[in-house]
Amino acid sequence: MAVLKVKFTKTRRDKLAQILWILNWISVVTGVILFSLGLFLKVELKKREELMAEKDIQYVPNMLIAVGLIACIINFLGGKICYDCVDSTKFLRWKLIMLPYIVCTFFFTLCVLVGALMCYSMHWELEEALNLGLMQAMRFYKDTDMPGRCFLKHTVDTLQIQFQCCGNSGYKDWFQIQWISNRYLDMSKKEVIDRLRSNVEGKYLMDGVPFSCCNIDSPRPCIQQQITNNSAHFNYEHQTEDQNLWMKGCRQALLEYYTHIMQSIGLTVLITWLFELSVLTGVRYLQTSLENMLRQGDPDSESDGWLLENSFMETARTNLSIIKSLGKSNQINTANNGDPNIDVPSTSKAHYGPDNVPPKEKMETS
Amino acid sequence: MPFLSLKFNLQKRVKLAQGLWMLYWLAVIVGIILFSLGIFFKIELRKRSEIMDNNESHLVPNLLILVGMLSCGLNAFGGKLCHDSLDPQKFSKMKPMLRPYMLLCCGFNVLLLLLVLLSFLMQFAVYLTLAEGLKNAIRFYKDTDTPGRCFMKRTLDMTQIEFRCCGNNNFRDWFEVQWISNRYLDMSNDVVKDRVLSNVEGKYLMDSVPFSCCNPGSPRPCIQHHLTNNSAHYDYDHRTEELNIWNRGCRQAVFSYYSGIMNSIGALLIFTIVLEVRLRPHCRSQSVTCVLKGTELDSQTTVTYRNHFALPFFFWNFILFPLRLIAVSMQQKRKQWREIHILLVEKQELL
Repeated sequence: MAVLKVKFTKTRRDKLAQILWILNWISVVTGVILFSLGLFLKVELKKREELMAEKDIQYVPNMLIAVGLIACIINFLGGKICYDCVDSTKFLRWKLIMLPYIVCTFFFTLCVLVGALMCYSMHWELEEALNLGLMQAMRFYKDTDMPGRCFLKHTVDTLQIQFQCCGNSGYKDWFQIQWISNRYLDMSKKEVIDRLRSNVEGKYLMDGVPFSCCNIDSPRPCIQQQITNNSAHFNYEHQTEDQNLWMKGCRQALLEYYTHIMQSIGLTVLITWLFELSVLTGVRYLQTSLENMLRQGDPDSESDGWLLENSFMETARTNLSIIKSLGKSNQINTANNGDPNIDVPSTSKAHYGPDNVPPKEKMETS
Repeated sequence: MPFLSLKFNLQKRVKLAQGLWMLYWLAVIVGIILFSLGIFFKIELRKRSEIMDNNESHLVPNLLILVGMLSCGLNAFGGKLCHDSLDPQKFSKMKPMLRPYMLLCCGFNVLLLLLVLLSFLMQFAVYLTLAEGLKNAIRFYKDTDTPGRCFMKRTLDMTQIEFRCCGNNNFRDWFEVQWISNRYLDMSNDVVKDRVLSNVEGKYLMDSVPFSCCNPGSPRPCIQHHLTNNSAHYDYDHRTEELNIWNRGCRQAVFSYYSGIMNSIGALLIFTIVLEVRLRPHCRSQSVTCVLKGTELDSQTTVTYRNHFALPFFFWNFILFPLRLIAVSMQQKRKQWREIHILLVEKQELL
């Protein structure tokens, strides 16, 4: 019992082939789009790799790039095949390749689906990477004289200005680290020495933040130092003041930015997957209808097209037995009692044609 | 006496028509680019109109938008004309529109020239407007409670961060204005009172700059206050320190941005003029071919360029062509009058 059988006349077959040709070319374009989306994501992640800890998140854009390229190639081939399918003589060229092509494309669409799901699952790994990365970046903010870390200050400052955020979870993260290098601290001053001695690790901690945390929407000039000390500034209440500094944490800001990108990309990949699946279905129908037409012998006849010749269970069973017998090609056929010494001849007989063929007339040649 | 006569058979004419058609569509695309460039420039001027005192002149972008639309329309029509000039039936319908079209194109080229001149000369106006506007912006930085000026602080901070600049000419402009509002000054404090009384206008002046002047590339945390006081900060010499705050003035920075845009507009317009001037004589020759020997499409026809190539295209297109039109029309009129005169004389003789 064939699965989803559809009758195809000659004109319907030709139309299907033409439509599939156009759809394959559109799929090539979507493949290019996927490739460029993967490239864009790779660039965006690389731009801020200083702020992300060493987690392997590059696999998502790499997968997208690979999927995009393979989609282009497969759909280009598919377009060529469909273009040739209009003519039944040219179809003979592609007859043997079509079934493996369809199977490959089917597994490829599974890859596309996995790629789309990966886009959504990257969120948690990214959050981990950003958390660790930002913490490190803030710790090394003051180390502008150490090679390899001398640009972290610039990176963190431009990040806080651009994404309008401060610190890892909030601005209070800056109170827990020393972000002013000892090179710029006057060790001869009493206040400095007191502050250094006031905590176990000997760090110069203070309730101040770098200038990049300043909120440009604030009506008053930015208060960066002595933030928690109300009396240090005129008409200032730090519990109610929310416009002085950026309130959002940079981890949340970056995560929102990347999640937004990932969701758009994921949606595009899902739509591409659905499109590819529909094109694949069309190609399968075209293949089966053309094969049936060839079996009937008449190029102008009606033929059936289907997705699977037998029901799903039967097809699975036959394929499994084929796979099992592939492994048994070297084994000897044993007799019914299992004794390998008794030879059981194979049951299939080779046909060498009929036995009583009359000899050919040789009158003209002699 | 034909000058520079060339032989054109059908194949060559078709190729010429195709080439011209492509050139015309290129000109349409250039027109679209001009249009979008005009819109982009207008938006950029609007975005920063606050630091230009809302006084900036929108003449160049408006003209550019107009020129872009005109260019699209004229060149699309010209392309259609060139395309139809191979077919004498279609061309005879278009023939009456040819002369006014050429006049329009001349006027359009004059407009393009004018716009090129404007795009280079208006930069002076932009510079002066910026200077005045930034001076006022710095003065009104503190007035975040005055309606109409409450976003001046935000705009100026964003400009200083985006263009990496500080103040009008340099950061010392901030030393001459009070950029902290009185609302945030504790008037009961002696230090504050002394500072306010220390100058004639009673302004709270100090040698500090806002946070937006800070350079994120500086190796040390930003020093905004007591900039000229070396002893206020450890290991700091204000004469040699260049990485702490931005050294450039915002007038210079913003002006170089706008002047870049205007120079590119000027360059693109010059390219458009060259393209337009190249297109006109070719198409005229194409159409003249059909006018002179319309029916003999298959035989070899000679195109006489008469006076079209007698002078450089540029000069011809802008000045001589309209003059020639006038001269030809006057010649025709004189001919008509002579004929009427001859008829009248004959009539009199008969009588």
